Amino acid sequence: MPTTVPAYGKEAAERLASMADVTATDSALRRFLHGLPGVDAVGLQARAATLGTRSIKTTAKAYAIDLAISMIDLTTLEGADTPGKVRALCAKGINPDPTDRTVPEVAAICVYGDMVATAKEALRGSGLQVAAVATAFPSGRAALPVKLADTRDAVAAGADEIDMVIDRGAFLSGRYLEVFEEIRHVKEACVRPDGSAAHLKVIFETGELQTYDNVRRASWLAMLAGADFIKTSTGKVSVNATPPVTLVLLEAVRDFRAATGVQVGVKPAGGIRTSKDAIKYLVMVNETLGEEWLTADWFRFGASSLLNDLLMQRQKLSTGRYSGPDYVTVD
Amino acid sequence: MSERLSILKTYKLYVGGKFPRSESGRVYEVTDSKGNWLANAPLASRKDARDAVTAARKAFGGWSGATAYNRGQILYRIAEMLEGRRDQFAAEVASAEGLSASKAVALVNTAIDRWVWYAGWSDKIAQIAGSANPVAGPYFNLSTPEPTGVVALIAPQDSSFLGLISVLAPAIVTGNTTVVVAAERAPLPALSLAEVLATSDLPGGVVNILSGRTPELATPLAAHQDVNAIDLAGADPALATDLETAAADNLKRVVRPHPVDWRTDPGTDRLLSFLETKTVWHPMGV
Repeated sequence: MPTTVPAYGKEAAERLASMADVTATDSALRRFLHGLPGVDAVGLQARAATLGTRSIKTTAKAYAIDLAISMIDLTTLEGADTPGKVRALCAKGINPDPTDRTVPEVAAICVYGDMVATAKEALRGSGLQVAAVATAFPSGRAALPVKLADTRDAVAAGADEIDMVIDRGAFLSGRYLEVFEEIRHVKEACVRPDGSAAHLKVIFETGELQTYDNVRRASWLAMLAGADFIKTSTGKVSVNATPPVTLVLLEAVRDFRAATGVQVGVKPAGGIRTSKDAIKYLVMVNETLGEEWLTADWFRFGASSLLNDLLMQRQKLSTGRYSGPDYVTVD
Repeated sequence: MSERLSILKTYKLYVGGKFPRSESGRVYEVTDSKGNWLANAPLASRKDARDAVTAARKAFGGWSGATAYNRGQILYRIAEMLEGRRDQFAAEVASAEGLSASKAVALVNTAIDRWVWYAGWSDKIAQIAGSANPVAGPYFNLSTPEPTGVVALIAPQDSSFLGLISVLAPAIVTGNTTVVVAAERAPLPALSLAEVLATSDLPGGVVNILSGRTPELATPLAAHQDVNAIDLAGADPALATDLETAAADNLKRVVRPHPVDWRTDPGTDRLLSFLETKTVWHPMGV
């Protein structure tokens, strides 16, 4: 197996360049993506369900809760977002439980592009990243120049991470190279004047991709195009992250590392609301990818209400009393 | 023609308007007063208690926000349903408490009458617990009773049906939502009451009924930070002291256990136990 390099490093680009033959033409790319082994849907669901039955208790649970908190991309993506709301969310991200300073901070604050400057200002001095959704989120229905301008704006405003959506219409109609090129262009738009780059997360909106095979193809497509993270959903459609779909992503990341040595991160988003669910995902990551991925650098949760449930569970573990919504913030 | 096989009833918990088995999968044997087996009842765990509190909290907004008139109507509807199943409850009470059939019927009648009596209080409680206060300024100053929130009820052990209704009805008629720990040795009337509640327009989660070991369920409920009040009617003195201590942490309202003859007129004590007073200053028109 080739040595492992992170997706955002220089070596990763060289490794991907060695795969250039499969992405040279639309037909080569199609041949490659359709040549990926099909997903055994029943087996996949059974595997995901089995991994969800682990009983995680006491110290392991406490560790898992803190780990999950530190992996959260605390998200607000509403039309009604105000600078005040974003600042409140940032304050919560830095210090999730004001009554307990031992609670770790979350990984990032995820906002719309126009709120990046506000979030950046509110997070000054902390280790939190600012993630911005871009490229006509959530539908992805805009011309490429508009998407790129959207991305550059967010990067210029100080975004550390860009969450882009793929053009599902192009993907579903089989125009894979178009999607590939789009991701490449957005990746280039993530580069800052000083040569560093915002990390790129690619959202598939798996709820709209119809089949597990498509999810696997989209995963490979995005990783070949240089995604640093692959992300399941926007949280804006009825079907969001599910354990089986996330397992497909994790397996794709595992296979991609085996093939190229490039390590890519995974972010399930939407619909993860309880500590129990979050811990199931952590078990899945550990069993599929191993401990290297069990850090906020390589695995994230896109969530908002999950944090409150994790805090309530944490309070239960530390006090022995069941907590309630009165003891966490309303947001 | 062959004899019909008897169909045994599976008693279940009542949480959030649904009838789940215990999360733990456990059951325990319920016997009549002479020790003969009657049924298996679910042996609820502290996680069931937690789920019940979540369900009660979820139902609180809707139930406390319903008009008093509407709550009264729903409670009256429950009494109608109880009336239709009087024989079943009489039989369950008779076997649970070792009473003669006629005494059990009398007890059930009293319980139904009491339910109706409490139903009538829904739109009258504000008249006795609220007031218009004279103040030295150009304001209307009004105090009104508001429900406390989620109330945990440790149902009386000695009176499985009348006692239960005497603690449950006053808690919900004012707009609280409840988690009931049924009498440990005689939970069947309480579990059957759930079937009545489920078919009488009472929103799911307003009443949640658990059966099991009283200390195992009452302890996490008393310590639960999201429970606002607890009625210790069915706790023995030693347990009651522990529960009161646990309840002190988030300043729950506590009704201490004391000997009660459930057949006598209950008065308004329990109605008034789970209320908070809201006072509003309203400027007078000039």
